[in-house]
Amino acid sequence: MTATLSPHVVELTTSITDLENLDIRLRADASSRQVALRAISFSVIWLIIGSAFGLMASFKLHMPDWLVSSPVLTFGRIRSAHLNAMAYGWASSAMLGVSVWIIPRLVHTELRVPKAAEAGLYIWNIGMVLGIVGILAGYSDGLEWLEMPRYWADPFFVIGGGLVGLSLLSTIAMREVEHLYVSVWYILAAFIWFPIIFVIGNWPTFSGVESAAVNWFYAHNALGLWLTPVCLAAAYYFIPKILGRPIYSYQLSLLGFWTLGFFYSLNGMHHLIGGPLPTWMITTSIVASGLMIIPVMAVGVNQHMTLNKRFGALRYSPTLRFIVFGSVAYTLVSLQGVFMAFREVNRLTHFTHVTVAHAHLGLYSFVTMIMFGSIYYILPRLLGREWVSEKLISWHFWTVGIGQIVYLVPLTVAGMVQGVAMADPTSTWEQVVKAMMPGLIGRSVGGTLLTIGHCVFAYHVWLMFRGARSRQGLPPFHEVAPIITRRTKASFVSGGAA
Amino acid sequence: MTRIWLLITGVLAIIVFATSLLVVIPNTMIGQVRVPSQLAPYTGQQARGRAVYVAQGCVYCHSQQVRDPVYTSDKDRGWGPRATVPSDYVYDKPHQLGTMRTGPDLINIGVRQPSDQWHHTHLFNPRSLMPWSIMPAFPYLYDVRDSSSLKPGEVFYSVAGGKLPTGKVIVPTADADALVAYLKSLKRTYPVPTGNEPAARSIGGRSEQTMP
Repeated sequence: MTATLSPHVVELTTSITDLENLDIRLRADASSRQVALRAISFSVIWLIIGSAFGLMASFKLHMPDWLVSSPVLTFGRIRSAHLNAMAYGWASSAMLGVSVWIIPRLVHTELRVPKAAEAGLYIWNIGMVLGIVGILAGYSDGLEWLEMPRYWADPFFVIGGGLVGLSLLSTIAMREVEHLYVSVWYILAAFIWFPIIFVIGNWPTFSGVESAAVNWFYAHNALGLWLTPVCLAAAYYFIPKILGRPIYSYQLSLLGFWTLGFFYSLNGMHHLIGGPLPTWMITTSIVASGLMIIPVMAVGVNQHMTLNKRFGALRYSPTLRFIVFGSVAYTLVSLQGVFMAFREVNRLTHFTHVTVAHAHLGLYSFVTMIMFGSIYYILPRLLGREWVSEKLISWHFWTVGIGQIVYLVPLTVAGMVQGVAMADPTSTWEQVVKAMMPGLIGRSVGGTLLTIGHCVFAYHVWLMFRGARSRQGLPPFHEVAPIITRRTKASFVSGGAA
Repeated sequence: MTRIWLLITGVLAIIVFATSLLVVIPNTMIGQVRVPSQLAPYTGQQARGRAVYVAQGCVYCHSQQVRDPVYTSDKDRGWGPRATVPSDYVYDKPHQLGTMRTGPDLINIGVRQPSDQWHHTHLFNPRSLMPWSIMPAFPYLYDVRDSSSLKPGEVFYSVAGGKLPTGKVIVPTADADALVAYLKSLKRTYPVPTGNEPAARSIGGRSEQTMP
């Protein structure tokens, strides 16, 4: 199938191929079912735990005498427990599930060595429990993104991630298709990159500024070479899948993939701009950060053009709504990141809450929204029943959608005010702290909305696992007519999570 | 793409290149940084205090670096007389450079606040000294005692700002004493030892850094 065919022909061939592939998809889903379902359940549990930590940390910043009697609940430990529970517990467990589900579908065969994948998932989550307990008990390694104890938690992630990767690699090696789709490249790359960067990041010999360089080499790559590729893989899978039309440009996908790996991997030192590091290292990262515009635009244009003239589908497919939200956020956060890496901007935004807002635009608006969308698509297919309530999905979407705005906007603005105040040596520290306050309070309100949304989502997932059925036994949004594009009635694709 | 080995090779090449450039090469260069003669290694108590600092997660609000005065106000804020350089951190493991300043920079806090009384009452409850502070209180690092129960020679502090009932005082735990010893040791005010430090200069001594 190529993009040069007329839209009608493309859609016709899509639906015929779909019928032929139905059997392949059923076999693929059956093979990954158990691992994917476990992974999704674990991820949702971490989402709730991580939300509780995040909310607590947020309130502590404007209620500094709240829950201070025990070291376990001090801000510095709760905050890193939040980050680790979200990045490695929620997002990564969900990503393990999404990866083992997508790969067999894309290479037209069953998941190989599923026992290894399942063991890997359990090992990963045992590491999570040990890591969070370690942080709360005061055994943090003291490096951002690498807090979980180096010797009694971190090996679980290398082995666990490695086992899942092994299962994925064996599956791809036994593929029954000639061509590897773009999502396969991203997932395969992520599972190769993660164990390597995680071992380097945790390597125990570094000290002083080297320790800082390795810390941010890892931490930025955790986003760029682990979370980002898997989430882009999901977006590249679901957008064309739901719309029933191929991705806009194969060349752009290629460009986006290789430049992402090459430039993103050099970005880390922009977290240390102005710091006591060799200037050339920081400059290398600033240049690479600027070049990130290439993969970001390649992916952005490719996904936008795939969606072009089909935005109406967002109304009918919850998956598409979350995924497109996440894809747009990816473009935004990446462009913001490019600007924040320039010295003139960074001298103001560095060390401020703009960075925290930026991190959440990436980790939440991009990564988390893509994972929500993926779970909305995957779970009904693996459980063989539809989502129970259209209303719960809407509540979830709108609480987290509005929650993000309430979280991000005041925090970004307050961070900028904070940065300007800090840059002015005549302003006292009291003035700097007071400048942050509206943003810190806004974040708690936004975070509360997000947490409400997460509880709605978790409740809905729990209903699904419990076997509840929608009243009519019909999918949400079922009564909505199939999407009719502006062009023709013949471009008929089924929407919804059905 | 149809060749899986090409994909894997490319993916590995990317990470090998990035690791060489940002980890391996700097490691060999920074490895040559000489220890400044004015910088003493941490004592046992200071090292314990540093571990307390790391375990409480102080780094999430406090940086430990002074940036180039040419384009930041760090020096004008009184955080240090000069930008900090790699050799200032030779004893720091793990590093605590930080990425956030919800509170002020601490690399020279030992110069700004040399008083035990100040540090202990501030750590016990920062609002006893600055009502607008949003730093967490760390009461668990202290024993709250009746002033009548003190043994002779025991070190204690009274807390201002109505944060303790009358007649009560705080006695620092060993962790609190260690933490304050560490904070008081944070001083990077000696001149940059550039003259006898070719390695540091070749990898970007601050004197060479200019605005982009």
